[in-house]
Amino acid sequence: MLNQGSIWRITLTFQCRFGLIQAHRGEKPPLVSLPAFTRPEKPSRKGVDHQEEVNMKKSVFLGALTVAGIIAGGASAATLDEVKARGKLNCGVTTGVPGFAEPDASGVWQGFDVAVCRAVAAAVLGDGNAVEFVPTTGKTRFTALASGEIDLLARNTTWTFSRDVDLKFEFTGVNYYDGQGFMVPKELGVASAKDLDGATVCIQTGTTTELNLADFFRANSISYEPVPIETGAEAVQQYIAGACDVYTTDASALAAQRANFEDPSAHVLLPEIVSKEPLGPLVRHGDNEWADIARWTLNALITAEELGVTSVNLEELSAGTDNPEINRLLGTEGELGSMLGLDAGWAKAALGVAGNYGEIFEQNIGAATPIGLARGLNAQWTDGGLIYSPPFR
Amino acid sequence: MTTLADPHKESFRLSMLLNDTRYRSLTFQFIALVAIIATMAFIGGNLVRNLAEAGLNISYDFLGAQAGYDINQRPISYDSQDTHGRAAMVGLLNTLIVAFLGCITATIIGVIAGVLRLSPNWLVRKIMAFYVEIFRNVPVLIWILIIFSIMINAAPAPNAFRGDEPTASMWLFDSIAVTNRGVYLPKPIWGAGSLLVVGVFIASIIGIFLFRRYARKQLFDHGRLIPTFWPSLALFFIPVILAQLVLGTPVSLEYPALKGFNFRGGITILGSLIALWFALSIYTGAFIAENVRAGILAVSKGQTEAAGALGLRPGRIMNLVVLPQALRVIIPPLISQYLNITKNSSLAIAVGYMDLTGTLGGITLLQTGRAIESVLLLMLFYLIISLSISFIMNIYNNTMKLKER
Repeated sequence: MLNQGSIWRITLTFQCRFGLIQAHRGEKPPLVSLPAFTRPEKPSRKGVDHQEEVNMKKSVFLGALTVAGIIAGGASAATLDEVKARGKLNCGVTTGVPGFAEPDASGVWQGFDVAVCRAVAAAVLGDGNAVEFVPTTGKTRFTALASGEIDLLARNTTWTFSRDVDLKFEFTGVNYYDGQGFMVPKELGVASAKDLDGATVCIQTGTTTELNLADFFRANSISYEPVPIETGAEAVQQYIAGACDVYTTDASALAAQRANFEDPSAHVLLPEIVSKEPLGPLVRHGDNEWADIARWTLNALITAEELGVTSVNLEELSAGTDNPEINRLLGTEGELGSMLGLDAGWAKAALGVAGNYGEIFEQNIGAATPIGLARGLNAQWTDGGLIYSPPFR
Repeated sequence: MTTLADPHKESFRLSMLLNDTRYRSLTFQFIALVAIIATMAFIGGNLVRNLAEAGLNISYDFLGAQAGYDINQRPISYDSQDTHGRAAMVGLLNTLIVAFLGCITATIIGVIAGVLRLSPNWLVRKIMAFYVEIFRNVPVLIWILIIFSIMINAAPAPNAFRGDEPTASMWLFDSIAVTNRGVYLPKPIWGAGSLLVVGVFIASIIGIFLFRRYARKQLFDHGRLIPTFWPSLALFFIPVILAQLVLGTPVSLEYPALKGFNFRGGITILGSLIALWFALSIYTGAFIAENVRAGILAVSKGQTEAAGALGLRPGRIMNLVVLPQALRVIIPPLISQYLNITKNSSLAIAVGYMDLTGTLGGITLLQTGRAIESVLLLMLFYLIISLSISFIMNIYNNTMKLKER
């Protein structure tokens, strides 16, 4: 309930901005790389560095520091090498959304987003448990990724133009197609979000939520009282206490949080979905090899479901099959693994953690779980959903 | 034979910069100054260069762009179509509101608690010591959250006022509703002729002052003690009520009523404002109490004893003799407590109160991504507010401080 984020926010966002600057600058290295902001510098930049050095000769003082900066920059390697050297993947997750990312009773992180982290860790390091989970809030997540504190962010993050282009991140796919929804207590008797005139609405700040909300209410010419709240847990606390009539965030998060209520059946999700929220894992701009690994690990999970590769028949199929695509996926045919800079069995390792996309979905947030989400848009394209992976060839 | 002559006036040599203690400190100060300037210039230059390379120019154009989000407490008219600049102004006013209210109540709480901490009554003294210690030693953010969560869980939701047998009811003849979303008060509606009523009210306030001055003069000149409390009270209420009756109630009240999801009409004081205000005042009040106690203890005991010897009662001794002298000690630390309230009000986002940090430093910053610009502007705003408070309080301090003749 206590949110440190509110105190550190300024510091963090400031850092974030600097972090971004450092992370996405063009070809030239910074004069001095501060440790927190260092990011992998490619060896190929040495030529530019030299040019830099020449430019700086006007001042011996600054020049010396530039050299120091170059040395500091050159010492860091690409993300893949860093992860391998560390032996652990630093993966950013939420501070706790049931079904998506939450530590279980014994402190082990479980969930739909967590499974993506584990799959990438298994693909790279061969061990799905070689993950350091870093809980992030809506406001700190981009700082953490841009500054290199985490290698991968799998945290219900909406793929938007400005995050991709302006904030300079690389979304590596969509693992859940979501949309902003509304939850109300059943006793209010509200059937549609358009009946919410004058209602008090709890919103989680730091997201696109407040903008979607303002647009929706304005488009329908109805009024509301916004209550901006920093974290989901506090928002739920206020909603349960009746301090707001409505709680709005992504529909999946609403369903997930409702599952933890004392009486989930006393609350309903309204039919209106007011935004498109494709959620997916993301990495920093600039390291395409690492982005490829994250992207194709997710695609491997999706393709495996499409091809019928499950945790049950994984061993059997990886001995070799008649289906060349399964063979390429599982590394018995072709060189896909080495193209990524990984072992041939990378996808097999990723699938070995918790099975394919469908299995992960059912296990964490599916109809049989307390979260109880239907596949809906997140069914395979062959079943009328949007989940679709490019081919493995 | 030797004669005493003036010592030979040594001419300045360069080595004296290091060897002569008269100049050495200057040399080192100069070197340090150059180093500081060089470091700052280097850091600043690095920042500007990195910004330019990343294609990030410092620009405040975003202040003119459409904000797109709503704010729950609007001292000036604002909607989601207005600009980020206006949203920042709304936030600034909200900061000023909570800081102003907080300073007043913290001072009242602090003075009372500080005086009572020195009470001869053991229980009162210990209770106040307990209050000061417990509030002073727990971070204010925790107090804000505790008070807010007590409020939202203890006060009834608007829903509880509904139905044939509501579980909650409004106070004071159905005029005030206390809910977990805020307090709803009646709002005065200014009808025709209300200016006259306001005029009568102002006149009666002036009347009260004049009357009190007269009573004082009587006391000093003739030693006659005229009661002031009841006549003041009468002067305060009777003329206004009479004016209202005579003019046919030009000033009417709009009562809050439950409509739809919420109470509507009347004045709304948001729960988040109340929680923040209360937490800030009670927290800072504990610090002010200690300042007040220090101030009172700084006044020589002889003053109290002398006043007692003149026959003054303890209440009067405190009000007429001790506190006026203690003020000179109390005011300077009080200024920094006022600055603390203003700065601590930036924790407002914890309870969803949209202050300057919540608007400009929160949603605007996140939606526009203009972190450096927003934070610089935020710093500037807080700096201006704080320096203004210091300036005003210093003027007050100068009027209060001991004038040496």
